[in-house]
Amino acid sequence: MTELPPSDAVPHLDEVRDRGDAPRGTGGAAVALADRRGRDDDRLRRNAAYLGKRLLGAAVSLVAVIFTSFFLFRIIPGDPVRVMTHGRPVTIEQKEALAREFGLDKPMLEQFVSYLLGVLRFDFGESFQYNRPVLSMVGERLGPTLLLVGASLAVSAALGLWLGVQGAWKHGSTADRVNTGVALTLWSVPSFWLGLILIVVFASGLGWFPTSGMKTPGVTGFDMVLDVAHHMVLPLVTLVAVVYAQYLLVMRSSLLDEMGSDYLTTARAKGLRDTEVKRQHALPNALLPTTTLVFINIGFVLFGAVLVETVFSWPGLGKLFYEGLSVPDLPLVQGLFVIFSAAVILMNLVSDLIYPLIDPRVRP
Amino acid sequence: MTSAASTANASPRQLTWARRRRAVGTFWSSYRQNRAGLFGLAVLAVFVLSALLVPWIVGEEALSVTRPPGEPLQPPSGEFWLGTDRSGRSVLDLILWGSRVSLTVGFAATFISIALGSLIGILAGHFSGWMSGLLLRITDWFLVMPTLVLAVALAAVLGRSLSTIVIAIGVTSWPTTARLVRAQTLAVEARPYIERARALGGGHWHVMTRHVLPNVMPIVLAQTTLMVAGAILTESTVAFLGLGDPTTPSWGSTIQAARDTGAVSSGMWWYILPPGIAIALVALAFTLCGRAIEAVLNPRLRSR
Repeated sequence: MTELPPSDAVPHLDEVRDRGDAPRGTGGAAVALADRRGRDDDRLRRNAAYLGKRLLGAAVSLVAVIFTSFFLFRIIPGDPVRVMTHGRPVTIEQKEALAREFGLDKPMLEQFVSYLLGVLRFDFGESFQYNRPVLSMVGERLGPTLLLVGASLAVSAALGLWLGVQGAWKHGSTADRVNTGVALTLWSVPSFWLGLILIVVFASGLGWFPTSGMKTPGVTGFDMVLDVAHHMVLPLVTLVAVVYAQYLLVMRSSLLDEMGSDYLTTARAKGLRDTEVKRQHALPNALLPTTTLVFINIGFVLFGAVLVETVFSWPGLGKLFYEGLSVPDLPLVQGLFVIFSAAVILMNLVSDLIYPLIDPRVRP
Repeated sequence: MTSAASTANASPRQLTWARRRRAVGTFWSSYRQNRAGLFGLAVLAVFVLSALLVPWIVGEEALSVTRPPGEPLQPPSGEFWLGTDRSGRSVLDLILWGSRVSLTVGFAATFISIALGSLIGILAGHFSGWMSGLLLRITDWFLVMPTLVLAVALAAVLGRSLSTIVIAIGVTSWPTTARLVRAQTLAVEARPYIERARALGGGHWHVMTRHVLPNVMPIVLAQTTLMVAGAILTESTVAFLGLGDPTTPSWGSTIQAARDTGAVSSGMWWYILPPGIAIALVALAFTLCGRAIEAVLNPRLRSR
């Protein structure tokens, strides 16, 4: 992961030295106050530098992604028109018309500039397949994906953290071993296959849940909410099953790490009860790596969503990506590539920025 | 005192090899205590053996679509233990042949990824200054790319073949290894014996290959086994999305074929269940081995 800012060791040394240099006796308080203000300024400057560095890093990554998306999808295949018309009989005139329509007859540099200007205005061009702007298609499909990904992130983080804590507190027990085993097994299962099996058993077999889609047409009001929830059960279960193992394992191992620490012995020596020591001393520290994982993991969850949405015909961005791939619809795939990457970069940035807030030890 | 007498006469090379043999012996005796790790190793042995021997057990003619051995979509019977697929081939034979694709892609992609990751990780850790900065930037760049999305995009763009999938997975999965190797390199290079090696006139190449590399290898080994599991899962995913090599049957493409045939709605469990179980078993086996190796190398993890 990204480099952590310098640990607490350095600022502490500074503080010790500051305190030693501060003159004692009369007027000492005023000097100390000025001194503290100086240190606050210093901290502010360091915070600003940290923020600036992270923002710059994210911006550089984003620019790199935009460059990559252009060259990956235009230079390597040689001729997008050939890819577009792959396997279909077309005349040279049709090909030329197609190239003109999508601006592919212009020099590469000009294409790149117009692509760049477009991306800056969130304009990813028109889909080859639907002849519609990519952005408006993305807008239509964004809601279902946010719903599915958001819900599965929340459920799997809650489930993984809870099971991880249970496992660490009773580590070595049968329940712990079974939980870890089940999590590792589910993590090894391909998500699309798990989805298909769930459909075979619970949808087409037992008939408890619908096999695909997000809602039944014609249902409105509060019934619609229930209907969407009913449709979402199987996709949600699939996504959670594949994702939660990582939270469980990281939570469990970081809690086990903390449980050997000296400060817990101190807390016990103070006379605190064992549950208090675990809950109020070990748990908050162990939560830190897992919290960042929730953000860093977003790429993994997004790709899980592509498969799960495809299997369950969930009308989200993942299914759109799959539809784009099977043509292949280059502007669509390219736009979604940029959007997915931007989401990952954004989430990494968020995790970089909130980490110092929740862990004072890594404050810049 | 026999060992002392033999060390006195041994050449440095012999000494090194004796030490390595001892290290492997110690490693194996602590690995043996990890039951999950042994289970993973056993499962892997079975799959690797069957993948190696399948041309002699089954024969390539079992994969022929034009002259299939049986009727299409038959449920399991004495002749076809796992039934037949949509063109009448035995599902069991498809699974056996598919293990070759999965294991080949898994190992080859992991090799690319580990080689790239170790090289860049050691370089970034050993040298400081602009070179390290540049390498870290490149690593970061690949790290934030959604690995699987890029793999699928590359496979779509470069055409559909096994080597494309191998390249796509290998090229997108090395940054984690590079990060890990760099951290380990920094830790190793901080030790005093590196300073001694430098003082005795050891150059960059000597330090990197003779001192850093052997110390980084164990961690890389654990990472390798974990990465093979991921690569096999990615391969099956790419094949399921219809971007695999259409001419070779892999586990992912068998699941895709089963889905296209309507195995989901008509309950043809023998078609859809076995390939998924095979993927999960192999991925789980590699993961268990990786965790066992990690536990041996890092005693703090052993209680987990």
